[in-house]
Amino acid sequence: MAVAEKISGVSRRSLLTSGLAGGFLLAFHLPVRASNEPVQPPDDLAGKFAPNAFIRINHSGKTTLVMPQVEMGQGTYTSISMILAEELDADFAQVVVEHAPPSDKLYGNPLFGIQATGNSNTVRAWWKPLRAAGANARAMLVQAAAQRWQVEPASCTTANSEVMHTESGRKLSYGELVDGANAQTPPKDVPLKDPKNFGLIGKPLKRLDTPDKVNGKAVYGIDAMLPDMKFATLKACPVFGGKVARVDDSAARKVSGVQKVVVLDDLVAVVGDHMWAAKKGLDALVIDWEEGPNADLNLEDIWQDLRAASEKDGVVAKSRGDIAKGLATGDRLEASYELPFLAHATMEPVNATVHLKPDSCEVWTGTQVIARVQSEAAKAAGLPVEKVIANNHLLGGGFGRKLEPDMVVAAVRIAKHVDGPVKVVWTREEDIQHDVYRPVYRDTIAATLSDGKIVGWKYRISGSSVMARWFPPGFQNGIDIDAVDSAIDTPYDIPNFHVEYVRAEPRAVPTGFWRGVGPNNNVFAVECFMDELARKAGKDPIDFRRSMLGTQPRFLAALNLAAEKSNWGQSLPPRVGRGVCVQPSFASFIATVVEAEVDEQGEVHLRRVTSAVDTGIAVNPDTIIAQLEGGLIFGLTAALYGEITIDKGRVQQSNFNDYRMLRIDQTPKIDVHLIKSDEPPGGIGETGANAGPPALRNAIYAATGVALRRLPIDRALIAGKKT
Amino acid sequence: MAKLTINGEQKSFDAPPDMPLLWVLRDILGLTGTKFGCGIAQCGACTVHIDGKPVRSCMLAVGAVRDRAITTIEGIGATPAGAKVQKAWLDLEVIQCGYCQSGQLMSAAALLAATPNPDDADIDAAMAGNICRCGTYVRIRAAIKRAASQRQS
Repeated sequence: MAVAEKISGVSRRSLLTSGLAGGFLLAFHLPVRASNEPVQPPDDLAGKFAPNAFIRINHSGKTTLVMPQVEMGQGTYTSISMILAEELDADFAQVVVEHAPPSDKLYGNPLFGIQATGNSNTVRAWWKPLRAAGANARAMLVQAAAQRWQVEPASCTTANSEVMHTESGRKLSYGELVDGANAQTPPKDVPLKDPKNFGLIGKPLKRLDTPDKVNGKAVYGIDAMLPDMKFATLKACPVFGGKVARVDDSAARKVSGVQKVVVLDDLVAVVGDHMWAAKKGLDALVIDWEEGPNADLNLEDIWQDLRAASEKDGVVAKSRGDIAKGLATGDRLEASYELPFLAHATMEPVNATVHLKPDSCEVWTGTQVIARVQSEAAKAAGLPVEKVIANNHLLGGGFGRKLEPDMVVAAVRIAKHVDGPVKVVWTREEDIQHDVYRPVYRDTIAATLSDGKIVGWKYRISGSSVMARWFPPGFQNGIDIDAVDSAIDTPYDIPNFHVEYVRAEPRAVPTGFWRGVGPNNNVFAVECFMDELARKAGKDPIDFRRSMLGTQPRFLAALNLAAEKSNWGQSLPPRVGRGVCVQPSFASFIATVVEAEVDEQGEVHLRRVTSAVDTGIAVNPDTIIAQLEGGLIFGLTAALYGEITIDKGRVQQSNFNDYRMLRIDQTPKIDVHLIKSDEPPGGIGETGANAGPPALRNAIYAATGVALRRLPIDRALIAGKKT
Repeated sequence: MAKLTINGEQKSFDAPPDMPLLWVLRDILGLTGTKFGCGIAQCGACTVHIDGKPVRSCMLAVGAVRDRAITTIEGIGATPAGAKVQKAWLDLEVIQCGYCQSGQLMSAAALLAATPNPDDADIDAAMAGNICRCGTYVRIRAAIKRAASQRQS
């Protein structure tokens, strides 16, 4: 049956992600696979115009766009589609999207060289390649039509998935041109549109992924359902690096629905008929752990190590002028800033579904690194990579957690002991206690002031190099390019400027990328210190910054707009302050003002946040505003509550009761103002996370006079109850 | 064999009575729109309606539900308040990753059904149990107000 074939073979997943699936799918009781198991269809090109890895047009005109980057909430599926459809002149209503299969070669991020979504760079990295892909495809469709009409291609125009010959009034739809276009030689050097002719880019278009997210139809990795699937949950040694010593599973095996207890060297999993059986079984286990060398590790040990490391000279990441002379001139100020370990706590707990057979392995998960998931699953399974099918899904939050393949590796190891498919879901407690944590950092800045301006600036960053582990080309000659991001490119005009980096790996604790990455640390230290310098210079924090942004018109414009829209300078009640942050991260130009109140108990009440954003051409402006709003909440949450602490080698937090999140009743009014620009697009997904903490800290500084130098915010300190 | 009425349909299944409704919905009945977030009623991702009232299904034993009417995100669009909040959510483009939004929509639909014109304090009280890690709270508040205003028109 034609329809059934289509659903099971080629386009079911695209239907699922397009929002068109709903009743259609439910109407067919698929014989083999459960209805919400998104298959990874082979990229079948038969009968389609497929000029490159991203565009597939079939005879009916349906335009399937293959997404080289993943959708984790940032609106990327829509932005990517807009960029492709813009140059293709596709009818956006006929666009459906598909997750890309694993392939570093076809879908490698142009800035990383591997298939990874991160560093707020999807639109930046893909802006030119995707426009070219769209323009080339369009040129081939035009050539096909011109050939059929025996006219010059230049006399043809395109719009809404049609080629038109204006002179004769003839038109052909892209669907009608599929075969002819396939026969064309791909053209070279096809010109791109003049941005003033953009029809989609710059318009606040509705997102393609959201209609299925209001009715339960969207399929995340955790929703993969397979016939005869088992469910598993696990407990890893609570002490970092510890092992399983002995397991008494006699009670667990008696739990109704428990099928199997899987004991591996570092974790124990219970497999059952459903998550509840697995969870009850897990709770009934008696596990003795061999805690290993980290059994006595406490957070204070890690801080002692880091503070000691931060006293040493680092590797110079950037130096201009004469730093020795600069630091010998004028009034000197020095401060150190410290940031805590953080968990990601994506709302979708870490999970992976695996079906391991003797000669193949299939994985279902939601990941930022689908090609790495495929290769790591292959290693864990002991199979060649081509024997692993890795199916990606929508992500219930990424934030860097899903740049790691560890959950898939663990699920494959468990699946070796299970006949048939098994879905492994981490409890929230395991998710928080076995994360790959945002590292602790310590930054020391010394600066000198003369005539109210900075003449010398020596900044030393100390912390883990995530790049050295995750992407070795990003760590060379002792410099982690992420760890110094937004430190070496501080926007202020400082004549004698010096930045160095000390790589300091915390004992035992795995570290990873966390939304905002290196700039989270650097923007915080730089912008906090700028406020302390402004106070020492006797200047208003915004005036102080303005005086050193003379050669930076885009930063200056953002700062001025944020000042104006936040009513900067207007009087405030007692214990209320405004704080500012200017940030150079991810090639955007952003200024943010937070207004907050500190009550007598030291509790912080967010009143208002104002951001002014120049991110170049705004592909989907509403998405950019949404990313700022959400990113600010993400960063403010960390500033107010975020800290993972370690005692006796164990993470002490476990769930949302003790790893707190900001909630709606604490959320302030947030106004985001976009600045129109014709420059190429910058990054946006993580920028709000960078802006929130320093702007809030500076607001608290203004409200109380207390210069906080650590996060999260210390209530006793700002209440004046300790010094 | 236990029986439940879910979104107006009778469902029969085998499950121990202490099994939380969340896992019955997801793992036995395949209704995966209701999400697992924390397992301890701290995040609200698992919110469903029992007789129109919002409850956290991760801590509600299925044996305690008996013959009361269960509504999940898959069925909320059939209720007037549910349809209004779904539309407002899309009109204002509330959603980012969307994982928590089933629960957000269920809490919002219950709020509007009980309180047609909620003020900010009503919204805070009804929605503070639902965590959104993407931070969509500003738009959730606006969308609830929009849905409420459309009820009147």
